Amino acid sequence: MAKSYLSIELVDKSFERNGQVSEVLKQVSLGVEKGEFISIIGHSGCGKSTLLNLVAGLTKVTSGAVLLENKEVSEPGPERAVVFQNHSLLPWLTVYENVSLAVDKVFSRKKSKAERHDWVMRNLDLVQMTHAKDKKPSEVSGGMKQRVGIARALAMEPKVLLLDEPFGALDALTRAHLQDQVMQIHSKLGNTVLMITHDVDEAVLLSDRIVMMTNGPAARIGEILDVPIARPRNRIELATDRSYLKCREAVLKFLYERHRLVEAA
Amino acid sequence: MSVTNLNTAPAKAKPSAQVVTFSAPAKRPAPSQFMRRLSAVAGDIVPPLVTLLVLLVAWEFICSSPTSSLPSPTRVMAESWDLIVHPFYVGQGTDQGMAWHIMASLQRVAVGYAIAAVVGIAMGVLVGQSQWAMKGLDPIFQILRTVPPLAWLPLSLAAFRDGNPSAIFVIFITAVWPVIINTAVGIRNIPQDYQNVAKVLRLNQFEYFAKIMLPAAAPYIFTGLRIGIGLSWLAIVAAEMLIGGVGIGFFIWDAWNSSLISDIIVALIYVGVVGFFLDRFIAFIGRAVTRGTATA
Repeated sequence: MAKSYLSIELVDKSFERNGQVSEVLKQVSLGVEKGEFISIIGHSGCGKSTLLNLVAGLTKVTSGAVLLENKEVSEPGPERAVVFQNHSLLPWLTVYENVSLAVDKVFSRKKSKAERHDWVMRNLDLVQMTHAKDKKPSEVSGGMKQRVGIARALAMEPKVLLLDEPFGALDALTRAHLQDQVMQIHSKLGNTVLMITHDVDEAVLLSDRIVMMTNGPAARIGEILDVPIARPRNRIELATDRSYLKCREAVLKFLYERHRLVEAA
Repeated sequence: MSVTNLNTAPAKAKPSAQVVTFSAPAKRPAPSQFMRRLSAVAGDIVPPLVTLLVLLVAWEFICSSPTSSLPSPTRVMAESWDLIVHPFYVGQGTDQGMAWHIMASLQRVAVGYAIAAVVGIAMGVLVGQSQWAMKGLDPIFQILRTVPPLAWLPLSLAAFRDGNPSAIFVIFITAVWPVIINTAVGIRNIPQDYQNVAKVLRLNQFEYFAKIMLPAAAPYIFTGLRIGIGLSWLAIVAAEMLIGGVGIGFFIWDAWNSSLISDIIVALIYVGVVGFFLDRFIAFIGRAVTRGTATA
């Protein structure tokens, strides 16, 4: 059987603290094809961020393996760029410098200085942030910070783009705007994307498939839902679209009927 | 009241917007803003001036009796007039103007403090980064830093056999602890996010140090440096009293030995003002360097 582009194989993850072992993920397997947009949804504490960190290489698997193009992921690297939840831009650098830090590091040998500059500007342009390139992160809004975070990740030309609840900290209108931008970028560049979210609409709107996680401890993949909606997608048209509503209902049922989070109720 | 206002607001929205643009309020705030700024500045300057005046008057009043053991402000002015008006006087040996004494002390502080800053940041980085170094060195630091600065002086005199390097060493050993400790805390508090960014980018040790660690810890480092400069200035006066030569500390001690109490008071004012500016100077550099780091 041919391996998927990104393949998560029978991954277990447990943390040990003060001699107490807590299992977070149990027997998680997932194949992601090139160019796919996958959302991982689940209640808080279900280990979805842990799963993303495993793919990023920021934490190590307890058993099992994460393979990208048949090579095992053992450490973090720019081919699996992460957009962190709270943007994590370096506050002492300007918007431009935050992106160029990544570009200069990743393409130090492959591109000349002028090419690197163009590449930084191209990526800032992709998220429409060239106008604020000389501003410090503290001088731009939350949505803009996240856009710069996305530009920084895209600028690394990652094989897989990892989004860790990228719009979680934003207000609803800004979030919608950014979702549209991410959809545009995805259709333009065809990136492979793995996104963590807790927003059902966001998951259905953006994804090709939605991975639904059961509650922890020892969370596993409960169900994988195909989203059979043609692209480009338009949020207004989708609001009344049959298959959209069906997908939405399926995710809602999974989250609130079969796998309700008891503590949160 | 507010409810009725809300109800009528939409109907009046348009005309009221026009009224605002017509009645030229844009010009009126300009002078009032200037006045406001002026009064704000005055508000900052007047209270300390008044306080100073009250204190001087009280001092004059308390020390005005002929039997008083300390001179009054007017007597200080009269007795130390030469000292006050000739700060750049050049004489024989330690008979120099106040500015030269201050300069000599500042030079010692500059050397000792510069060494303390470099060594302190280096040690702080080591302790902040390595759990082992932290466990090994922290208890030693915690004990050594409580040793009063002057207690080091005999030891350093024994080691260096000369006054000047001994004084510099005392400055160093006084200023280095807060720099070490604050740097270490700053390094340990680098947000996990920044470390993750560095990991994803695969920054090497040197790049991480220069591009993430130093800027992220800079606010803490400058807190340490600022405490350090204050302590150095405290220590230099005491150290110079013992080692002699040109320097503000020895000047004070010499004045005491010659019973020139007025000179001591003038010197104390110099010491205070210079200490104040040293502190502000480091704070200024800190602000300039860490611009943007404090707010994420």
